[in-house]
Amino acid sequence: MTAQLSSGTAACPGCIATPAEPARPVPEDVQIALSLPGIHCSACISNVERELNAHPGVEDARVNLTLKRAMVKAAPDIRAVDLIPVLEHAGYEAHELDPGALSATQSDKAGRDLLMRLAVAGFASMNVMLLSVSVWSGATDATRDMFHWISAAIALPAIAFSAQPFFANAWSALRVRRLNMDVPIVLAILLALVTSLWETALSGKHAYFDAALTLTFFLLAGRYLDYRTRAAARSAAEELTALEVPRAIRMVNGVEEEVSVSNLVVGDLILVRPGGRMPVDGEIVSGKSELDRSLLTGETLPVFAEAGLAVSAGEVNLTGPLTIRTTAVGEDTSLHRMADLVAIAESGRSRYTSLADKAAKLYAPGVHILSALSFLGWYIYSGDIRTALNIAAAVLIITCPCALGLAVPAVTTAASGRLFRKGMLIKHTTALERLAEVDTVVFDKTGTLTSGAPELTNLGDHSRTNLEVASALAEASSHPLSVSLAKSARDAGIKPARVEAVVEVPGYGTEGTYHGKRVRLGRAGWTGGAEGDQTAAWLAIADQAPVSFLFSDALRPGAAEAVRAFRDAGKDVILISGDTRGAVQSLAKKLGIDTWISEALPHDKAARVQDLSEQGRHVLMVGDGLNDTAALAAAHVSISPASALDAARVASDIVLLGNDLSPIADACDTAVKATKRIRENFRIATVYNIIAVPLAVAGLATPLIAALAMSTSSITVSLNALRLR
Amino acid sequence: MEVLAYLIPISLFLGGVGLVAFVYTVRSNQYEDPEGDARRILSDEWDDKPKP
Repeated sequence: MTAQLSSGTAACPGCIATPAEPARPVPEDVQIALSLPGIHCSACISNVERELNAHPGVEDARVNLTLKRAMVKAAPDIRAVDLIPVLEHAGYEAHELDPGALSATQSDKAGRDLLMRLAVAGFASMNVMLLSVSVWSGATDATRDMFHWISAAIALPAIAFSAQPFFANAWSALRVRRLNMDVPIVLAILLALVTSLWETALSGKHAYFDAALTLTFFLLAGRYLDYRTRAAARSAAEELTALEVPRAIRMVNGVEEEVSVSNLVVGDLILVRPGGRMPVDGEIVSGKSELDRSLLTGETLPVFAEAGLAVSAGEVNLTGPLTIRTTAVGEDTSLHRMADLVAIAESGRSRYTSLADKAAKLYAPGVHILSALSFLGWYIYSGDIRTALNIAAAVLIITCPCALGLAVPAVTTAASGRLFRKGMLIKHTTALERLAEVDTVVFDKTGTLTSGAPELTNLGDHSRTNLEVASALAEASSHPLSVSLAKSARDAGIKPARVEAVVEVPGYGTEGTYHGKRVRLGRAGWTGGAEGDQTAAWLAIADQAPVSFLFSDALRPGAAEAVRAFRDAGKDVILISGDTRGAVQSLAKKLGIDTWISEALPHDKAARVQDLSEQGRHVLMVGDGLNDTAALAAAHVSISPASALDAARVASDIVLLGNDLSPIADACDTAVKATKRIRENFRIATVYNIIAVPLAVAGLATPLIAALAMSTSSITVSLNALRLR
Repeated sequence: MEVLAYLIPISLFLGGVGLVAFVYTVRSNQYEDPEGDARRILSDEWDDKPKP
């Protein structure tokens, strides 16, 4: 149960953050995969498919509702960025998935393999059960022996095929001299087969072929459920395409060439275009622009950038092209140093032992001792090795953890399914159990509680002329503030004025001529405005006094509800951000968060989370930026939105697919309920053992009793898990 | 009891047919989207003619 749970996902967030692009031949048709967190009904399916199929160049689009994604076959020039606006226009949130990573999981070999084994075990157990029922209802002598032999002929090959995963796991545990759940399982199956064959050869009354097969069947069912839940989450979480640039433009003697980031060396000159992300740490050599550092530091205000400024990998260049001289590459970049912080912090999490492991630790040795004792006892008492072996086998079969093997996966499947329908992906197997223990919630600000996009707050304060001029200037730029201003103006029904000769001055703003007068929209210093502590763009019309357009970071939908729900549930809510004091304070006030920390550096965040853990708190960290990754890894359990940086998503246990934050609070509720169900299931399994084990030890257990007890407990446990849905 | 000589092979054969059918459905990706398929049957698109 535990041996196969290793995952290679959290190996090194830095490496995943800048993957080397695999060389793939260009296919005739491209496959585009889109994640659609918002779809939920048949109307959604047909709407999405209709919209996509109507888009020129799309050949075929098919929605998968179970995985909430769409696979699109399209002409080679179609890209996901062309299709996402189409769907967003129709009212569906969409994110691109990496089809390269997708093709690896699509032919889901391991899942199919398990399903086949499950089918064979099911088929064989039904047939053998049919024969066993005839034996139990009175077949005797030659008929009974023949039925037993036919059962053996079905059971032996079926078990040799279907029980292989258990054999493999048990062997790998035994080889390193350890016990896991699979060791008693394998022992029970093998002992049941050996004693049954022996009994059959001596025309004995009891054979346990049916028990060995049903056991395999139920346990495989549990294994398969477990696998399904994890596979669905893993594929979707890891395929969200990386935001990082795997390639960069290097300037060699004034000629641009595209190279892989891993080939850059210190001293290289790199060109970063507006909208591009810094691939390495460096220093600006030429160009003027503004930098968005929000993912690294949590600052919402863009920073003015000119020659001489040091930049770090991960920052976004906003307005003008920049040439930077590389000062650090690969492992030395700030991005990788952040990854080291994650590695240190993560060791804390591995200390958590899951409920299943705790149960297995008690269970496996107990069963072996019990079975060995009953063998010894009966051998001393009766002196007959055949009777003693029969009873030892019965004890092993009766105690075999059918219900125990289903107890956890049945519940996690039900709970993950429920959360997935709300747009959350559980990446880590024990995440639900850890989430249930949470008593303190730490939020990051930029990109988590806020959407990271500025929103104009004082549209009403301006004259119509000013708005018309401003929106004309804003339309000409792709700076986030301009985009937001232009959008608000459009939404308010304002038509842009006729402004001529509009030029964007990188790093400063846009400038044009309006009725023969020079007009400017941009930074305070450039337009003659006064620098304030709020995000602002200034409009200057020739001789008039400049006016300011104020922006605030828009709240993410559901943020207020999530915070309120946590507070109502009696959990401590803390806001830790790298942003300035004023911005953090106003947001904390707005959401009713009493404890907040501003201007926190990445290691401050992690240290703070670790402090809380040392005080015995169980911290849930919700964050999205690179500056949060260490804290995400240090926390007891962590959640990041799908828009988060790769490194942050890798470090977190749960990924929020949609834009809405409100499901987080529900997730905690579901987790508490799920843990309760798991404990109930363990109790059911124990009660059943308390009743059945004495019967087996006393030598009163018949194959019929074993079959009844096994099926009843497994079904009870599964039904109990279904109550969660 | 001679009837068993027929019944047992027949029951094994029928079970085998079920198993083969199941293997076929797994191999032809029929369990990829159970939730979507359950909903699609309610949609009236392609009701008059099959999807090309």
